[in-house]
Amino acid sequence: MHRYIPHTKKDTEEMFSAIGIESIDELFADIPENVRFKGEYDLVRSLCDVEVTEEIDKIAKKNRIDMIPFIGAGAYDHYIPSTIQYLTSRSEFATAYTPYQPEVAQGTLQYIYEFQSLMTNLCNMDVSNASMYDASTALAEACMMMNNATKRNKVIISDTVSPNYVKVAQTYGKFRGFEVIVVPSKDGTTDAEKIKLMLDKTVSGVITQTPNFYGIIENSTAISEACHEVKALSTIVVNPLAQAVVKSAGSMQSDIVVGDAQPLGIPLSFGGAYLGFMLTTKKLMRKLPGRICGLTKDIDGNRAFVLTLQAREQHIRREKANSNICSNQSLNVLAATIFLTTLGKVGLIDMADQNYQKAHYALDKIVTLDKFERVYEADFFNEFVVKSKIDYAVIKEKLEKNNILPGLHLGDNKILFCVTEKRSATQIDKLFSLLGEL
Amino acid sequence: MYNKLIFELSQPTKLAYSLPKSFINDYQMDSSLKRESELVFPEVSEPELVRHYTNLSNKNFGVDTGFYPLGSCTMKYNPKINEAMATHPWLVNMHPLASKEVSQGSLELMYNLERALSEITGMAKVSLNPFAGSHGELIGLMIMKAYHQKNGDLKRTKIIVPDSAHGTNPASATVAGYDVAVVTSNLDGTVNIESLKETMDDTVAGIMLTNPNTLGIYETEIEEIKTIVKDNGGLLYYDGANTNAILGKSRPGDMGFDIIHLNLHKTFSTPHGGGGPGSGPVGVLAHLTEFLPVPEVVKTAGRFELNYNLPNSIGQISGFYGNYSILIRAYTYILCMGKNGLTEVSENAVLNANYVMARLKDYYLLPIDKFCKHEFVFDGLIDKSTGVTTLDVAKRLLDLGFHAPTIYFPLNFKESMMIEPTETESKATLDSFIDAMIQIAKEAKEDPELLKNSPLNTPVRRVDEATAARDPQLRWVDRTY
Repeated sequence: MHRYIPHTKKDTEEMFSAIGIESIDELFADIPENVRFKGEYDLVRSLCDVEVTEEIDKIAKKNRIDMIPFIGAGAYDHYIPSTIQYLTSRSEFATAYTPYQPEVAQGTLQYIYEFQSLMTNLCNMDVSNASMYDASTALAEACMMMNNATKRNKVIISDTVSPNYVKVAQTYGKFRGFEVIVVPSKDGTTDAEKIKLMLDKTVSGVITQTPNFYGIIENSTAISEACHEVKALSTIVVNPLAQAVVKSAGSMQSDIVVGDAQPLGIPLSFGGAYLGFMLTTKKLMRKLPGRICGLTKDIDGNRAFVLTLQAREQHIRREKANSNICSNQSLNVLAATIFLTTLGKVGLIDMADQNYQKAHYALDKIVTLDKFERVYEADFFNEFVVKSKIDYAVIKEKLEKNNILPGLHLGDNKILFCVTEKRSATQIDKLFSLLGEL
Repeated sequence: MYNKLIFELSQPTKLAYSLPKSFINDYQMDSSLKRESELVFPEVSEPELVRHYTNLSNKNFGVDTGFYPLGSCTMKYNPKINEAMATHPWLVNMHPLASKEVSQGSLELMYNLERALSEITGMAKVSLNPFAGSHGELIGLMIMKAYHQKNGDLKRTKIIVPDSAHGTNPASATVAGYDVAVVTSNLDGTVNIESLKETMDDTVAGIMLTNPNTLGIYETEIEEIKTIVKDNGGLLYYDGANTNAILGKSRPGDMGFDIIHLNLHKTFSTPHGGGGPGSGPVGVLAHLTEFLPVPEVVKTAGRFELNYNLPNSIGQISGFYGNYSILIRAYTYILCMGKNGLTEVSENAVLNANYVMARLKDYYLLPIDKFCKHEFVFDGLIDKSTGVTTLDVAKRLLDLGFHAPTIYFPLNFKESMMIEPTETESKATLDSFIDAMIQIAKEAKEDPELLKNSPLNTPVRRVDEATAARDPQLRWVDRTY
């Protein structure tokens, strides 16, 4: 018997006899002959741990990992405190189910409550749910929530929102049946004037992003105000790390805030598992999808936490639910909570500011090279776009050969570079001198 | 019992983080862009922080703590080698937008897992991009819609869902832009063929089924169901929540299902994490591969790359490529189990369920008295005269060191108690659970008040859910108690 299955031969025999069978096949006798799988899977026979480790190691090492990343575009190489891997590995957290039995799940419920408290404060909103899958699907949910709340069916998205997020919203729109209008930007920033002209009582809401896909810090206040004039809603996509130092989404009168908490202690891991988040106002709280944890008391009057406002959800409302989403990404909620509390009031601002400083230092150096120029004038957080007179393929080859992961190519030899707090002066200077050699 | 929030430990000037001092500090953001308000974040030291979250973990019950017979959730043992592989530095530090020249290993692992899952389910191809079971359902229904649309078959506006289905099935149908038509179940939760015949017509896009069903019963009429649905031009969708019952025994592709999703966090042993992250790959038969979401991983001349060029694809449904760290765990599990071990999984999952059912059916009401697959449902205690409910039994189990079964689901019975032991529990564990359940049945007669008051020994006792919903206190600054 396989090592994960703990029966002895004697156990099996005793169980057969209690059930009243003589062979295991009797328990599968109801499967009709023509749909019974009679062969063997075309897979290996079970491997031992040493063999599995060798196999995964062999595959993993086909990656090149000796690279210093200067790329972001939705996935960021940040400082991850050692506390996170250690604490999230505790099996009481990792091997638990959704906290349906609150008496034996207070650990999970309390960290969700702490996460909601931290995120609402960071983004200056009233209510946060426990999590969403990732930013892209959170954005799609925001579209549906705006439609649901306004009984309208048309969403406007600035094209400075990350293109991957927009694509996912478009996929959802195509099937759910709502219209997604993408509005071209001006100088890398949302074209607020154009959007204002398009706003009317058929639009459920407008989606903007800060820092936007090009790294630019946007102020969406005017958009939010214009939305509210026609009783539409304003959704802002934020980078939670940047929120520590830039204008909070709530101060820009957003109704919904979404984003990805990957920068908060979650490794790159080839794009997942990350952590979508979604916040809203008290007024719209019952339209919010996803799990929400609330504070209450037990019958002895002790403080206790519990999943609440469940009348919004699929397991109660079935086809009339706000969304089909269930629990998701919970262990990454714990990671982000530990990240935010490890960094704390001082550390989060320090870290965010180091991103700002180092990215500006890098841009200022790169644009001293005559083959590179800055594309957008507006101020940015930790990403910026430069245009090169050299073909991107040449740059990529040069940098990768020298152990640097280049920024994302946006086409037309425009490159979106990212510089986080982890980049040292030596690393940035290396990037600069390699570009200078071209 | 530890009873502090992280905010209550905060004292100014304490630090838990460590970053280098920045080499540059010259730049100043314009004040119009700057954050306007102070962060109300805790200031704690690292030792205090670690102790805080360790203490919180002690208030939790996990699979490693004890038996977790939560029906429909497959709370099996989560092998530790999965965790070791998922944190392999060469995989964990790979950026999703790194070029294919740099990321061959990450791509190869996806490709290998995709092939293995296709083989196990009998499908032509699988997309690993969906994030969860519910996400998989939604993506599967989008594929169904895209298929009918491509055929110009636009009158199909409904999805058939059995009344015993998970709540996500009808909710996913709504999000995919479908109406829901419910078919009634027979007493054993199998599809009522007459009801299906009445409901099925050319306005139905397809049917969502799980097999074995939510009551742990194999749909023996699957061939008939398939014929009725296909003759009317519909497609069959397989909710893979219960795949743990049929590994090596029956494949959804062979049963005739056109579209499936799997829950890697159930059958493929990745940890539930207190509610995610999971993973919900979607598989399709050959006639539907063109509709799968982008990107897909392809292999050309021994090299791997992502392909976005699929003109009939439903489109992109995830920021990147799904919950990659979960994919590593599932692939590790498949290598550990191998083809032989996977068959043993289902045989023993089914054996364990039937054993617990056989030993307890004299005490708890068994509405469907025939062999089950990996799970089964009791309709509460046999003796209803004591007033002891399924909720009371569940809460008493917590006191006796077990997690509760899934309760009040499926909706087919008033006092549903859904038990799924999984294959990774020993006979000794099952026996101690059986003893506890028998003890509770006796207590229900002799001392029902004990059950009404349980649990007594858990970190908190029964929780006031009504107040929580009426007066929502959802963050620290709102709290009034």
